[in-house]
Amino acid sequence: MISTLEEKPHIPAAPRKRKMPGWAVAMLGVAGAIALLSITSMQTGFPQLTSSGTTQTAVRLALPILLAGLGGLWAERAGVVNIGLEGMMIMGTWGAAWAGYQWGPWAALVAAVVFGSLGGLLHAIATVTFGVNHIVSGVAINLLGAGLTKYLSTLIFLPLSNNPRQSPPVQSFDTFSAAGLGDWLGELEAGQRLFISDVAGILRGLVTGVSPLTMIAILLLPLSYYLLWRTRFGLRLRSVGENPHAADSLGVKVYFHKYVAVIVSGGLAGLGGAALVLNPGQLSYLEGQTGGRGYIGLAAMIFGNWRPGGLLGGAALFGYADGLQLRSGGETVLALVYGVVILLAAIVVWQLIRQRWFSAASAIVVAVLMYLLYISLDEIPGEFVSYAPHMVTLAVLAVASQRLRMPAADGLVYRRG
Amino acid sequence: MGHLRGKLLPPALAIVFSLLLCGVALIISGANPLSAFGAMVTQVGKGTTFVDILNSTGIYYVAALAVAIGFQMNLFNIGVEGQYRVAAVVAAVVGGSIALPTGIHTLVIIIVAAIAGAAWAAIPAILKVTRGVNEVISTIMMNGLAIGLSAYLIRRDVFGELRGNNIRTAEIPESGWMPGISFGGSGTMFGFIFVAIALGIGYWIMMNKTRFGFELRASGESSTAASAGGVNSKKMVLVAMLLSGAIAGLISLPELLGRDHTFSLNFTAGIGFSGIAIALLGRNHPGGIAFGALLWAFLDKSGLALDNVGVPREIVTIMQGSIVLSVVVAYEVVRRFELASEQRRVGRELGTVGGAA
Repeated sequence: MISTLEEKPHIPAAPRKRKMPGWAVAMLGVAGAIALLSITSMQTGFPQLTSSGTTQTAVRLALPILLAGLGGLWAERAGVVNIGLEGMMIMGTWGAAWAGYQWGPWAALVAAVVFGSLGGLLHAIATVTFGVNHIVSGVAINLLGAGLTKYLSTLIFLPLSNNPRQSPPVQSFDTFSAAGLGDWLGELEAGQRLFISDVAGILRGLVTGVSPLTMIAILLLPLSYYLLWRTRFGLRLRSVGENPHAADSLGVKVYFHKYVAVIVSGGLAGLGGAALVLNPGQLSYLEGQTGGRGYIGLAAMIFGNWRPGGLLGGAALFGYADGLQLRSGGETVLALVYGVVILLAAIVVWQLIRQRWFSAASAIVVAVLMYLLYISLDEIPGEFVSYAPHMVTLAVLAVASQRLRMPAADGLVYRRG
Repeated sequence: MGHLRGKLLPPALAIVFSLLLCGVALIISGANPLSAFGAMVTQVGKGTTFVDILNSTGIYYVAALAVAIGFQMNLFNIGVEGQYRVAAVVAAVVGGSIALPTGIHTLVIIIVAAIAGAAWAAIPAILKVTRGVNEVISTIMMNGLAIGLSAYLIRRDVFGELRGNNIRTAEIPESGWMPGISFGGSGTMFGFIFVAIALGIGYWIMMNKTRFGFELRASGESSTAASAGGVNSKKMVLVAMLLSGAIAGLISLPELLGRDHTFSLNFTAGIGFSGIAIALLGRNHPGGIAFGALLWAFLDKSGLALDNVGVPREIVTIMQGSIVLSVVVAYEVVRRFELASEQRRVGRELGTVGGAA
C-alpha cells in the first residue's frame, strides 16, 4: 500500500512536454487550413476554393455527416459499434418527410429523431440485451431501415406524390443571414486580396442562409462534448465503453448507459436524415437519398479519433470536398490536389527538422506523385470527386491508424456477470 | 439430435416470427396477410418465376460463400458489394475487347473477374496486415470507391458506349457466353449455377478437409490459440481476404455471361449486402447457405405477385431484414441456453466426482 502511494507522484514527474490546450491546436489547425486554401487558390487561380457560395454549400453538406458522426461518437464511447447509422439515417429521412409535409419543419425534426431513435433502440436490444455481434446487427438494421422506408413510402407517399420513391414537398425552415455583416464581408471577398478575401469569403458563407437546423447541429457538438466529458453521466457512459466490468463493479448501470447511448446515437443519425430532407435544394424524401452518408459520418468520427473536435474537422473536410465539387466541378477539386502537395511539402520540412528521415522521404514520394497527378490531368473526373471522403479516410487510416485510439471495449459484447 | 435442433430451431423460429411481424404490418395497412402470403406461394408455379428463383439463388449462393470465408475467421468482408462491382466491370471490359475461341474466352473472363475481385479486396487486406486498419471501415470505403470507379470506366470517353438511353461497355462476343439450360416458356437457367454448386462443394472440402480450412476456423475460434499453435495470423487474413474477394468477383458472372453480356447502368446492385445476410442465416455452412439463398430468392421473386393483391412488394424487404435480425438473436439465445445447460451438466458431473472422492 505504501509503495503504491510512493510510486504515484513519479508518474507525472516523468519528463513530458507540456501540450498545447485543445482549443489552441484547433485554432492553429483552422488558421493553417485557411492559409493553405488561400495560397492554393492564389497559385491555381480558382477563387471558388474559398468563395462564400462554396462554404455555404459545404456547411449544408457537412451537417448530415456531422450529425451521423456525433451519433457514432455517442454509441462508440459506450462501446457499441454502430454500423447501423446508415439505416437509422434512412429512417430519419422518411420520418422527417412524413411529418414535414403535414406539420412543417419543426415536426420533421422531432419525427426524424423519433424514427432514428427507434432504429437505435432496435440496435440496443440486439447488441446489449441479446449480445449479437455489433457489425451483424448494424448490417441487419441497414437492410431493415431501407426496406421499411421503401414499404412505407409506397404505402403513404405513392397516393400523394404519384411516385413511390419520393415524398410530397416539405416546407423548409426560414433561413437567417447576418445582412450588414454579410455585405461588408462580401465587399472584402470581392477585393481579391490574399488571405483577407479568403477569410471574408468563408465567414460570409458561414453567416449567410443559416437555418435553425444548422444552429442546432452546431450546438449539439459542444453539448455532446459537455455531456460526455464534463458530467458524471458522461464519465459513467465512457467508462462503460472503456471497461464495462470495472464500471459494473463500481455500481455503474452498464446496460442502462449503453441503451441511452445507442438510442441517442440513433436519434442523432435520424436528425442527420432530417438535415438531408430539409436541405433547401431538395426538400423531400428521396429513395437512396442518404447515399452512404451514415458510413461517412462514422468515417469522420474515426478521422477525428473518437473526439468531438476531430469529428467536426472530419465532417468539415468531407462536406467541403463535396460542396466544392457540386459548386464548381472537377477542375477546382484538382486545385485541391495542389493544396495537398503544399501541405506535404510543409510536412517534409517538419519531419526533416525532427530528423525523421523515413517519414520525410515517404512524404516526398507521395508529394511528387500528387504533383505529377496535378500536372497530368485537366480535372478530376466527377465520378471520383464524390468519393473523395472515402479516399481521405483510407489515407488517414493507413497513415495514422497506429495513433488513433478507440474506446478500449469498443465492439465487444458485454454480459452482466 | 439435440445438436441438430440447436441448428434448425433458430432459423425456423426467426422465419415464423418474421411472418407474424409482417402479418401484423399487413393487417395494420389494411391488407389480408393470408391472401398476400398465398399469392407469394402460388406465384412460384407461374411464368418464369421458378427459374428466376433458381437463377437468383445461384447468384446469392456465390455472394454468401464469399462472405462466409471471411466470417469463418471473424473477418468482416463488408466489401463484397464493391468487389463484385469492380470485377463485373473489369470482366465486361476485358471480355468485350478480346477475341478467343469459345470456352477459352469464357474461362478467361471468369479468371479475370476473380483476379479483379481479389485485387480490390487486396487493398483492405494489405492495410489490415501492415497498418492494422479495421477491415470493416476500409471495405465500406472501398465500396464507395467501387461505385465511382465503375461509373468512370463506363464513361463514353473511357470504355463505355451509348446504346439507347443506357451507357454500357462493349458487348462480349458470343464465344465468351456461357450457355444456359432452356425450359422453353419457363425461362432459361444460368449455366453458371453448376459453377456455384462446384464452389459450394469446394468450400466444404476446403473448410473441413484441408489444413488451410482448419487453420481458418481455428483463427476464428480463438486467434491467440491459433497463433500459439503456429498459425501465421497475418498470412491467414491476407489469404482469406483474397479468396473472399476472388469469389466475390464471380457474383455477377451468371448475369454477365448468361444474360446481359455487358456491364450497364442497369447493373444489379446490393447482392453483396444480401450475401452477408444469407451467410448469417446459413451460419457459414454450405448447406445452410444454400437454404438461405433459396429463401432470399423466393422472397425476392415471389414478392412481385404482391402488387396484384394490392400490397406493396417492399414488404418482402422488411421480411428479409427481420428474418436476419431475429435469426441472429435466436442463434445467440440458443447458444446461451446451451452454454448454460452445458455448465449445469459439467457442474453436476464434477459434483458427483467430487462426492465420490
